[in-house]
Amino acid sequence: MSLLLTTLISVPLVAALIVALIPGNFRFIIRLVALAATLVAMSLAITAFVQFQPQGFDPANLATFQMQHKVAWITSDVININYHVGVDGISIGLLLMAGIVAFAATAVSWEIKTGEKTFYLLLLLMSGGAFGAFCSLDLFFFYFFNELALVPTFIMIGVWGRGPQKNYATYQITLYLTLGAMLALIGLIALYVSAGVNSLDIVTLKEALSKKALSSGAQAVIFPLLLFGFGILVGLFPFHSWAPLGYASAPTATAMMHAGVLKKAGLYAIIRVALPLMPEGVAKWMPVLAVLCVGNIIYCGWVAMRQKDLNMLIGNSSVAHMGFVFLGIASDSLIGLTGAVVIMVAHGLLAALSYGLTGYVYNTTGTLKMDELGGLLRKMPFIGVAMVMCFMAGCGLPGFANFNGEMLVIVGAWKVLPNIVVFAAWGGLVISGLYMLRAIRSVLHGPTQARTENVGEFVIKEPLPASEGGLGFLGAVTAFFHSALGGGVWQLWRKLPYALLLVGLILFGCFPSLLTSKIKGSIAEVVNLSHKVSPAKAAASVTAPAPLNVADNRN
Amino acid sequence: MNSYQLISLEIATVLLGLGILLADLWIAPAKRRMLGFIAAAGVAVIFAASFSPAFPDFGTAFGKMYVFDGLSLFFKRFFLAAAFIVLLLAIDFADRIAVGISEFYSLILFALAGMMFAASSNDFTLMFAALELITITFYVLTSFQRNKLQSLEAGVKYLILGALSTGFTVFGIALVSGIAGTTNFIELSAKLKDISGDPIFLVGLLLLTTGLGFKIAAFPFHVWAPDVYQGSPAPVTAFLAVGSKAAGIVLLMRVLFVAVPEVAKSWSGLLAFISGATIIYGSLCAIPQRSLKRLLGYSSIANAGFLMLGIAAVNKDGATAVLVYLVGYLFAVLAAFTVISIITRNAESDDISVLAGLSKRSPMLAAALTFSMVSLAGIPPLAGFFGKFLLLKSLIKAGAVSGVHFVLLGVAVIAVVISLYYYFGVIRAIFWSKDVSDHSPIPVPGALAFTLAVCMAGMFLLGVFPRILVDVDAESLNSAVGVFARLL
Repeated sequence: MSLLLTTLISVPLVAALIVALIPGNFRFIIRLVALAATLVAMSLAITAFVQFQPQGFDPANLATFQMQHKVAWITSDVININYHVGVDGISIGLLLMAGIVAFAATAVSWEIKTGEKTFYLLLLLMSGGAFGAFCSLDLFFFYFFNELALVPTFIMIGVWGRGPQKNYATYQITLYLTLGAMLALIGLIALYVSAGVNSLDIVTLKEALSKKALSSGAQAVIFPLLLFGFGILVGLFPFHSWAPLGYASAPTATAMMHAGVLKKAGLYAIIRVALPLMPEGVAKWMPVLAVLCVGNIIYCGWVAMRQKDLNMLIGNSSVAHMGFVFLGIASDSLIGLTGAVVIMVAHGLLAALSYGLTGYVYNTTGTLKMDELGGLLRKMPFIGVAMVMCFMAGCGLPGFANFNGEMLVIVGAWKVLPNIVVFAAWGGLVISGLYMLRAIRSVLHGPTQARTENVGEFVIKEPLPASEGGLGFLGAVTAFFHSALGGGVWQLWRKLPYALLLVGLILFGCFPSLLTSKIKGSIAEVVNLSHKVSPAKAAASVTAPAPLNVADNRN
Repeated sequence: MNSYQLISLEIATVLLGLGILLADLWIAPAKRRMLGFIAAAGVAVIFAASFSPAFPDFGTAFGKMYVFDGLSLFFKRFFLAAAFIVLLLAIDFADRIAVGISEFYSLILFALAGMMFAASSNDFTLMFAALELITITFYVLTSFQRNKLQSLEAGVKYLILGALSTGFTVFGIALVSGIAGTTNFIELSAKLKDISGDPIFLVGLLLLTTGLGFKIAAFPFHVWAPDVYQGSPAPVTAFLAVGSKAAGIVLLMRVLFVAVPEVAKSWSGLLAFISGATIIYGSLCAIPQRSLKRLLGYSSIANAGFLMLGIAAVNKDGATAVLVYLVGYLFAVLAAFTVISIITRNAESDDISVLAGLSKRSPMLAAALTFSMVSLAGIPPLAGFFGKFLLLKSLIKAGAVSGVHFVLLGVAVIAVVISLYYYFGVIRAIFWSKDVSDHSPIPVPGALAFTLAVCMAGMFLLGVFPRILVDVDAESLNSAVGVFARLL
């Protein structure tokens, strides 16, 4: 019984409550509270990641979650719900990524100058919801925490969003994601009703369904509901059109949190719930998923090539990356699924970094149209270099975590889906290379344009927020540091969020086993459970896959 | 406990109402507004008295016409809570009513008494008397602002359509009790096996359902709702949306699940159709609405459809879901109407543009209305989500019995997405509407601030800690649903 995860989830939520009680004109204090909360959350996430013990796969013992905390929430014969949190190999990496992105998103929100109280309140709600979604072992609370982000997304894009289409974008993202969430909810409730154990707890469901699987009819209905419901939440082709416009219209922090963290919750749910609990559904629908993921990779890659707006390009590219994750899921192999989870972690950091950097560019130059930008590498060296690294990581350059993930997915899917892998490799390397290199050339190199002529990075122009509102003492202290250290510390602070994300990408790029050693064991269990077809079906089908031998991996 | 002690809550309410009417004779016109505080305090006392251990778990009165059981107690407390908040709203509304403020309070109390009798009805006669008490009181209440054309029009429309539906109800009662030979629900259920095939009996039951459908504004008996909601004074609309609808629901549940449970099971397809049509109609028609009260009127039609969804499931899960959903609905709708009542005090109309800039003019009102919209849309972490969750669960369970419920499930999902459009349209108007004409802060009277705080706390606590209502220890809910013994 460990309280680490509960503390991790509650810190942002309690901070949101505190922010709600602070008067709106104490802007500096509000930002301080939000920063402190997400910093604490990030440290707790890092602690959890470090303390997590990688474990092997034990077919006799299914419940392999660590740092669990369980409190009975509702006990009745109508419904049984527990507050049950815990992590295993799949969620620990995602939790770490969520912690880093949440802190980075809060740090880059200095650009928000009006209505800070509401903004930070909503951002903290989103962060708490993301942490809760990754830790939850009860499906009710998983959905609860996941949907916590819906209203904040709507309000944040509406009030602080950018672009002429922001109203349309915010309605589109909210309604589209609600449709996906409702389909997934129906699937989850149907799973609960069909399993017949009066519990929404993943551990209980796993044990019950491994002893007696769901009927074919139930699986035929529930699996696609979950797959497509959560797929819409992630941006599975052809249900992806909400993503690029929505993220392009969102303020920086919202785009970072949504594209980086919240999207992964849907993928996590597919791996956690749909795959291990419904093997027949897996066998039937994975071929469909494999075809659709080509749509993600190739089609969205082509669309990204045609974009003239940097944020729309990144948005489409992020949807294309999700295609790789879906390919890993569709392969349903140990290596493929491990790669899928690695991409999830890597892409979370990558998407957050991309949107953070473009947000900075938008703030200084006022535009994100690539033909109006140019020569930024000279004007903004740090941001420019970070952007080069970020875009190259997106192409799958070795040294960054994305390469490892894509490599694993391609190798893992080769045996099962060779034709699809050809498309994926082409789409992942050639097409993404095309648009990323073109973006780098037009934005960072070349002559400066009118908008980029007179910009610089981390230039101290305006008075610090402390002097506008907040306790006078704190304002005086900050002003002292600012003047005494010549603004150097302030510049370092501004660079910190981008640096943190880059460090994450490079660390997991150069030392992938830090991540994969933790993921392997849990994925092995998922793969084994998802391959368990009933004996009759196994006898009937000629190419029945053999249960996986964990020693048979070459990682 | 003898009959008169069993109905002591209702007697107290009626006496309170009569007392207010009498007190009006001795109090100066300027001070009559304060009678509302006395009325609200009285309602609070009666609410507290309902927890008295002197009440039995089960009791009947007046020849088994009146039943006191878990279901009736649950709904009595529901109606008392709603009336308490509505009275506080009415006190704030008093200066917008030309004359007759004490009659306004008394009529609310009489309608409350009618609702409490309806919750306890075990007989068609009492059901009809209670229905009439509620409806006729509301005829007067909706047209109370006699200097406003809209209010008078609303009252007349409600009167004409209400009278029509009463005709259906009476005809239905006549046929049903004629065939059954009794007007008592429990006796009817005992005789059900012999008469459930009789076509005249079924036609009578159908007419009766029509009359009750009018009460809850289900399709196709909903036509009165938007106009009446828009025209009535805000406290009356609030009471109509919450109290009158819940009274219709409890009567429908008693008739269908206590009196004729087997017929209800065979009618689940028809009930499913009505609820599906109601949900779709309400959701679609709400989209173009710009008047806030009219929008909430259509939204309450859609919500009636959701409640009927739980009834159409015809199982214990569905009944539980209906009760949980109603409690969340109470807080959300009363909060919304409180905010509307405060805002329309100085505004010309209740067009959605009056919400512009609300987030800066009054953060409390903005937060309360946002909570209300989010809860009505059914989004975590508020109470509305848990209600919808239970409703969907009961529907999936019912789908195992009859496939039409899966169609209804699809309809419900689509309706939730559609409803998000107009509920979030309100949130949009609060937070980033462009036509901000007036920037002055809006003062919130103390009593209404208290009301809003209670409603927001209720929505939040019921959403995050639903065990308050649904748990092995949740006595009132368990004993309420236990009344429907013959449901699966």
